[in-house]
Amino acid sequence: MPAAQAFLAIREVSKRFGAFTALDQVSLDVRQGEMVCLLGPSGCGKTTLLRVIAGLERQDQGSIHAHGKDISQLPPQARDYGILFQSYALFPNLTVGQNVAYGLSALGIPRTKMQQRVSEMLQMVDLPDSAKKYPGQLSGGQQQRVALARALAPSPSLLLLDEPLSALDAQVREHLQLEIRRLQKQFNITTLMVTHDQEEAMVMADRIAIMQHGRIVQFDTPERIYRRPATPFVADFIGQANWFDYQRLSPQQVRVGALTLQIALGAPSTDNGRLFCRPEAIDVLPAIHAANRFCARVVDQIYLGDRYRMLLELDELPGQRLMADVTSEVRARLPEVSAERLWIALPQHSLQLFS
Amino acid sequence: MNSSAARPESANLAAASLLPKRNADAILAGSLKTLLLLLLLLALVLPLIAILSQALLDHGNWAGSAPWVHLIDNPNFLPMVGRSLGVAAATALLVVPLAYLFAYGLQRTLAPCKSLWRGIALLPLLAPSLLPGIALIYLFGNQGLFKEWMNGSIYGFWGILLGEAFYTFPHALMILLSALSLADARLYDAASAMGASQWKTFRSVTLPATRYGIFGAFCLVFTLTITDFGVPKIVGGAFNVLAVEAYKAVVGQQQFDRGALIGLLLLIPALLTFGLDSWLQQRQRAQMSSRAEVLRPRRHWRRDGIYTLILLFISAALLLMIAVAIGASLVKLWPYNLQLTLMHYDFDNMDGGGWLAYWNSLRLALGTSIVGTVVIFTGAWLMEKTRSSPWLGNTLRLLTFLPMAVPGLVLGLGFVFFFNHPDNPLNFLYGGMTILILCSVMHFYTSAHLTAVTALKQIDPEFEAASASLKVPLWRTYLRITVPLCLPAALEILRYLFVSAMTTVSAVIFLYSPNTVLAAIAVLNMDDAGDVGPAAAMSTLILLTSLVVSLLLHWGLGSWVKRTQAWRTAGKQH
Repeated sequence: MPAAQAFLAIREVSKRFGAFTALDQVSLDVRQGEMVCLLGPSGCGKTTLLRVIAGLERQDQGSIHAHGKDISQLPPQARDYGILFQSYALFPNLTVGQNVAYGLSALGIPRTKMQQRVSEMLQMVDLPDSAKKYPGQLSGGQQQRVALARALAPSPSLLLLDEPLSALDAQVREHLQLEIRRLQKQFNITTLMVTHDQEEAMVMADRIAIMQHGRIVQFDTPERIYRRPATPFVADFIGQANWFDYQRLSPQQVRVGALTLQIALGAPSTDNGRLFCRPEAIDVLPAIHAANRFCARVVDQIYLGDRYRMLLELDELPGQRLMADVTSEVRARLPEVSAERLWIALPQHSLQLFS
Repeated sequence: MNSSAARPESANLAAASLLPKRNADAILAGSLKTLLLLLLLLALVLPLIAILSQALLDHGNWAGSAPWVHLIDNPNFLPMVGRSLGVAAATALLVVPLAYLFAYGLQRTLAPCKSLWRGIALLPLLAPSLLPGIALIYLFGNQGLFKEWMNGSIYGFWGILLGEAFYTFPHALMILLSALSLADARLYDAASAMGASQWKTFRSVTLPATRYGIFGAFCLVFTLTITDFGVPKIVGGAFNVLAVEAYKAVVGQQQFDRGALIGLLLLIPALLTFGLDSWLQQRQRAQMSSRAEVLRPRRHWRRDGIYTLILLFISAALLLMIAVAIGASLVKLWPYNLQLTLMHYDFDNMDGGGWLAYWNSLRLALGTSIVGTVVIFTGAWLMEKTRSSPWLGNTLRLLTFLPMAVPGLVLGLGFVFFFNHPDNPLNFLYGGMTILILCSVMHFYTSAHLTAVTALKQIDPEFEAASASLKVPLWRTYLRITVPLCLPAALEILRYLFVSAMTTVSAVIFLYSPNTVLAAIAVLNMDDAGDVGPAAAMSTLILLTSLVVSLLLHWGLGSWVKRTQAWRTAGKQH
C-alpha cells in the first residue's frame, strides 16, 4: 500500500529500555477509518508501540505521521487521539457526566453545548441515565463504556485501545467487542488496539499486526493471517496447529516419516522443514480416492461445546498426535467407530510448508 | 515509498511551527523539579557539606586525623562514647521486647479495646522528648513521689533509659505493628496441622517473619536514643552523653569544630541503620506473596487475658508519665502542696521565652505543615507521575531519602555552619522564622514523602496519560483529580508535620533567636533555670496542642472530607 494513503504512518520506530529492545525498526500503515489490532504475546512490544504513538513513551528512532503531519516529537496533548486503558482510568471523584466532559472543557466549548454533547455520548454508549453517578457505582463493563464516551467526546481523529477489555468477564467482553466495533464503524474513526487475545483481534480488527520480539511479523486481514500465516510463530499463535517435519521428494510431494503427502503447487521449494495443518481442515469422512488418506486410531475425544476435538494417531506415524476438530453433525455421521479406528485425509490445500 | 522521500522536509516544518507551544507540561514539570532539586541542595546537601568541611577541613585544607586525635585525647571522651552506646543499646533492649509484646497483643490476639491501647501508646509522639524527663524527675527525683525507690539514681543512666524508653516506644511499636500485620494464615494452618505447639509455631513462623521488623525497630530505637539530647539534658545529671556534649560544645562553649566532629560521629549509627533498613526492606517485600491469606486471630482466653494485662500495664506506665507531668503543672508545689493552680502557666513572668515561645511554636508548626505539605506532596507527585531524565529522577529520589538518615542534631549544626557563614548571601535568614521552617521541613521530609508516595501509588497510573489525551494541562489534572483523591494522605502529612514541628528540639535548638524562641526550647531553658513546674506546664501545652490538632484533623476534617467528597461513600452502595 502506498504510504501516502495511510492515515497513520509509522516508519522504522525503535525503542530500547536498557538492554531490552522493545521495538525494533517497526513500520506500519493504518488507513483512515480502519481498525487495526496489535496482537502478540506479552513482551512483544505491542503496548510500547501504542504508547509511542500516544506520545507517552518517546521512540529512540523513527517517525510517526498522522494526517500526513509529523507527530514524532509532539507531546500527547498535541497529537489528537482518544485512549482507553485496561484500568478504565476514570476519575473516581468526578461523576460520569463530568468525566465525559473532562476533555470538552479543555476545548472551551460553551456549557450548554457541552451538556448536550455529554448526554449525546452517554446515549450512544447506552448509559443515558448515569451522568450523575460516580464511576465506583458502575460495573466494569459500564465503566469502560463511560471511558469510551469520554475518549470519543472531543471527536479525536484516532482512537487507541490498550487492552481495554482484559479486565472484564467473558460475556461482558464479547458484548463490548461488538459495541466498540459498531461505534468505531459509526464514527469511521481510525483505531489501533492492543490485545493478547487472538479471538478478540479476529472479531474486531480489519487487519491484524502480529508482533514478536519488537517486530511486526505479519500484517494482514484476520482471514489471511489464519489461512496463510507468514511464519510458524504466527501459525502457532493464531489458532491451533498440527506440525510435522518433512523432506521434499518432488514439487508436489513431501515425505513425513513413513508417509508420502501430496502438496499443493506453488509451495516454497525448500528441501526440508516443517509443515502445518489446522485441526478443522482434517477430513474425517474422506472420499475413497481422496489424496493423503490414512488410517488413524482415536486416542481421545474432547467435547468443546460447538465441536469435538479428536486426538488421533496415524498408523504410519506412531507416537505423533494429531488434532482434528469435528463438528457435532460430522461426528454423528462417523461410522460407529469400530476399535476406535477411522480414515482421515489431510487435504492438499490445507498443508502449508515452512522452511 | 517514493512519495515518502519528499516528506521529511515538510514534516520538519510542521514540527517547527508547533515548537513554541510544545510541551507546556514538560516545561512546568521540569522547572518545578529543578526548583525542588535546588531547595534540597540548599537546605540539605550544602548544610551537610558545611558540617563535613567544618569537621574535616582546617582552613580549607584536609585536616587529616588531627582533630580526631585531639577529640579522643580528652580523657573524658571515650568513656562518654561508651556511656552513649551503652544507654542506647540498653534502651533498645528494653523497648523492643516490650513493643513487640504490645504489637503482638494488638495484631495477633483478641484483647479488648485495641484502639484505646494503640492511641495511648502513640501519645508520646505528641510530646517533646523533654516531657518524660520532667515526669521522671517528679516521680523519682529529689522531690519525687517515689524518691526512695531510686534513691537519687534517676539522674543518670536509669533516668535516660526510662525517658528514652517512653520517647522511643511508639516509634518501635509502629514498625513492629506493621511487621506483625503481615501474616500468611496458610503457614499457621500448616503448623497446627503438623501438630506444632504454640511456642514452636511462634519460633518457626512468627519470629522469622518478623525478624526484619525486630531488627529495624532495634536500630531505630538505638539511633533515636543516641542522637536525642532532650531526655539526657533533663535527667542525665553527670552522666554525660555525646548528644548533650555536641549541644554544649556549640551552644555553651562555641567550639564549633568539636560540635561538628561529634555530630559526624552521631551520623554513623544513623547512616548504618538507614542502609541496613533499606536493604532489609527490599528483602522483606519478597517475603509476602500476593496469594497469602490474612491471618485472623482466634479466641484463646488465657492468651488474650495475659496480653490484655500486658497492654494495660504498658499503657498505664505511659499514661502515668504523661499524667504526672500534667498533674505537676497544675499544682502549687509538687508533691508537698497539691493545691490546684495555673501559676505555672504564667509564662510571661518567667525565664525561657514566655508565651512568645508558644506562639512561635504555633507559627512554626503551621508554617512547616502548610509549606511542607505543599512542597513535599507536589514533589512526590512530580517524581511519581511525570517523566524525568534518569539523572534528575535518581538524584531527587536519593535526596528525599537522605533526611531520614540525618539526625536533627546534625542537620541543625549543618544549618548553623552553612547559613551562619558570613559569606553566605542567605545569611539574613539566620535567626528568623523562615530558617526554622526550612530546617523542620527538611528534617521531617522523608516520612512525609513516603506517605505521599504510598497514596500516589494507589491511584491509577494512567490518569496523567488519559488527561493528556484529552488535551487537559497537567496542573489542572493535579488540582482537580490527584489532590482530591489524595486528600486523606495530604491531611495526614499536614498532621505529622504539625506535631513534629511542635515537639521538635533537636534541629531547631541551634537556630532560634530571642525573637523566635520555641515552646520546646522554652521547656529546656526553664528546666535549666530550675523552673520545673513551668517546664512541665509548657510540655503539657505542647502535648495538648498536638493532641487537639491531631483530633481536629482526624475527626473534624475527616468528616468534612467525607461530606464534600461524596464519591468516597457513593462507591460503597454498589
